[in-house]
Amino acid sequence: MDLIIQNVEKELMKNKEIPEIWPGDTVRVHYRIVEGEKERIQIYEGVVIAKKHGGLRETITVRKVVQGVGVERIFPLYSPFVEKIEVVRRGKVRRAKLYYLRKLSGKKAKIAERVEE
Amino acid sequence: MSAPTTKAILGRKIGMTQIFGKNGEVIPVTVVKGGPCFVLSLKVEEKDGYNAIQLGYEQCKETKLNKPQRGFFKKLGFPPFKIVKEIRVLNPYEYKQGQQITVDIFKEGELVDITGRTKGRGFTSHIKLWNFSRGRMSHGSKCHRRRASIGAGGVQHVMKGQKMAGRYGNELVTIQNLEIVQVDKEKSLLLIKGAIPGPPGNLLTIRKAVKTLRKGIEK
Repeated sequence: MDLIIQNVEKELMKNKEIPEIWPGDTVRVHYRIVEGEKERIQIYEGVVIAKKHGGLRETITVRKVVQGVGVERIFPLYSPFVEKIEVVRRGKVRRAKLYYLRKLSGKKAKIAERVEE
Repeated sequence: MSAPTTKAILGRKIGMTQIFGKNGEVIPVTVVKGGPCFVLSLKVEEKDGYNAIQLGYEQCKETKLNKPQRGFFKKLGFPPFKIVKEIRVLNPYEYKQGQQITVDIFKEGELVDITGRTKGRGFTSHIKLWNFSRGRMSHGSKCHRRRASIGAGGVQHVMKGQKMAGRYGNELVTIQNLEIVQVDKEKSLLLIKGAIPGPPGNLLTIRKAVKTLRKGIEK
């Protein structure tokens, strides 16, 4: 029974290619914004602190600090508003959810770069 | 008995997922496998006293049926079906005996009524069944989830219709005006906006929404 749903989701997912994203990575999300009749693309860059659900329902939480204020946005990866996602930098982390970053600032909130072997 | 409609199909619930709409909004959908159903016979007002079509769904082995059921299919000249259901329709003459009904009788954006059995919850107490409040769990309270008074003292009996614990769920429920989001004829799937009663695998009757018919008559 569940297989049928997986197939339905696969059908809807195949039109979009999404790079491999892991928690700790720094990503640039190209997000389409509709203002009245105009459309433009906004780029949002930050650290992925959580990946949720998976499949068609997959979302990422991207955190950045703007003028000392932490901003987090949740992007559904397969949303038609998400034009493109670029991975800027791979991070080396030991958690799946990096919620601890919310309490840290400055040097402590930095994530070491993951070097591919 | 439900009000007569124009078209209907039998199906099974598969489960829920979500899809993105035209404007990028998330639509929660239930995936339903619909049909193919076959019109076994027509019931007409002049002869039977009411208008209906009799649908057969899910073919099965003859050995799964008892003798009267086998006789029924033999007489009609159809292969045996596991499920036979009558659906009241406005005009049974639109249908022919032996006609196959598939999901493409419905279009995207059409509204449907869905009937199915809800999940059985067994013997359930007043809190879950009737949304009664519970007492305080601490600070010396002795009335945690206990029910309170069931009526006045003077009348010397419990009033009729008093809400008490009892069986909950496993009842026939119809949800009206659910929107069809997508029709997949190849896989005979319907994606219907919102939730539908029962567990996955539940038998459903999907009918064209009765309220949209009434609107049509007014116009």
